[in-house]
Amino acid sequence: MLTSGIIVLSGGLLDPNPGLIFWTTVTFLIVLFILKKFTWGPMLSALEEREKGIKNSIDRAQSAKEEAEAVLNKNRQLLAQAGADADKIIREGKEYGDKLKAEITEKAHLEASRMISSAKDEIDQEKRRALTELRTEVADLAVKGAEKIIMANLDAEKQKNIVDSMIQELSQHRN
Amino acid sequence: MKRFNAIRIGELVRIAVLVMPLLLGFGAPIYAAAEVHGEAGAHEAAAVHTDEAHGEAGEHAEGGHGEGGAGDVIMHHILDSNAMEFEPFGKFPLPKIVIGGFDLSITRHVVFMWLAALILLLVFGYVGNKYKSIKSNEAPGGVANAMEALVEFIRLDVAKSNIGEGYEKHMPYLLTVFVFILVLNLLGLIPYGASATGNINVTLTLSVFTFFITQVSAIKSNGIKGYLAHLTAGTHWALWIIMIPIEVIGLFTKPFALTIRLFANMTAGHIIILSLIFISFILKSYIVAIFVSVPFSIFIYLLEIFVSFLQAFIFTMLSALFIGLGSAHEGHEAEGAH
Repeated sequence: MLTSGIIVLSGGLLDPNPGLIFWTTVTFLIVLFILKKFTWGPMLSALEEREKGIKNSIDRAQSAKEEAEAVLNKNRQLLAQAGADADKIIREGKEYGDKLKAEITEKAHLEASRMISSAKDEIDQEKRRALTELRTEVADLAVKGAEKIIMANLDAEKQKNIVDSMIQELSQHRN
Repeated sequence: MKRFNAIRIGELVRIAVLVMPLLLGFGAPIYAAAEVHGEAGAHEAAAVHTDEAHGEAGEHAEGGHGEGGAGDVIMHHILDSNAMEFEPFGKFPLPKIVIGGFDLSITRHVVFMWLAALILLLVFGYVGNKYKSIKSNEAPGGVANAMEALVEFIRLDVAKSNIGEGYEKHMPYLLTVFVFILVLNLLGLIPYGASATGNINVTLTLSVFTFFITQVSAIKSNGIKGYLAHLTAGTHWALWIIMIPIEVIGLFTKPFALTIRLFANMTAGHIIILSLIFISFILKSYIVAIFVSVPFSIFIYLLEIFVSFLQAFIFTMLSALFIGLGSAHEGHEAEGAH
């Protein structure tokens, strides 16, 4: 006993008791298996699932944030690009417009000068034709006048003398 | 804060008022007997009292050492017995079973173990049902939530931090051993209760479980060869004759320490509470009872509630630690050998 200092003997504190060991083993194992099947299993899996869910949510939030940042950056880039593009397009349009204007003006000038020159040619041609016609008319008129004059001055004797003299001349020359 | 103090003082006064008539009522016959018979008579009365309760042990006390009145009563409260006792009301003998020469009697501690098992199955059966009915993304309320905090504590702070990888398969054992020891400890603190964990047979059985689990997990994680190699502690073969016995002793000291720690803590707490109560009987003074025994035993009682949790936690913690050491440390050494 405690006061006697003998505690190892039967009925003492360190008394081995196979029955108690047996019952402890049985009770503990039964409790262990029942609780394992009905409580710890569902509980631990629920806890794990919840933990996984929270971790997933955090991961998802993180990736969503990163994605949003990437999208924002891309948008900014696109915006900058679009501004540059618009500038370029405006500049090009202006250049093109200027070029077109110059071209059109040039063409108009050319056309005008061509038209002027062709008109001049035509005028020249007409003038020449008129002159030719005038000449022919004038020549006809002169011939007709001469004919009339000649007709009026003509007489047979005179002409016979002329021809005779001509024949004489010719015969002299042959001799 | 002030209000809180007032309540506490009020409660202390109330407890004192409640306890005083009890002390007067129970103390009077003993004091009367002591005064009539003198010192020797008192011891005889005590011895007879123990005899009734104890059976053979009482005879031993009477024959060998006549002066153990208070000590015998204390031991009687701590030790196992074959009867459930509800002292002023009577006692119920428990069945005695002997199979094949082994005494498999249902003793007081077995009854309390079953009571603890019943409480555990009721509480945790309820909690387990709760978990089956709720979805994984919603938190449970009430008792289930409280138990979840406990499970989470064991899972993260005990198992995960001590065992590390592969802690999941040890969780059921660690959780069960924690709640089992806790309830057994607390059952010793209720009136007429007894803590089975104050019995070395019970603690021995539990630590033998830990021992087997430690060894099995060590062999599983290292293989037979690695396990045997660890027994040499990686020293030169000439030292094996010293190292192997030391390592083997080391294997057994761990569960031995677990056994003694839990058993001694629970037994000591009960002995202290009872001793403090018995101071007033030994000194035969109400003044001592009111100013020493009662306040001090209340203090120790509160301490015991804390110790119940602490010892259950330590047992679980050390079990996890041993399992972790068994598997991780040897694994590390196996890596070093490569």
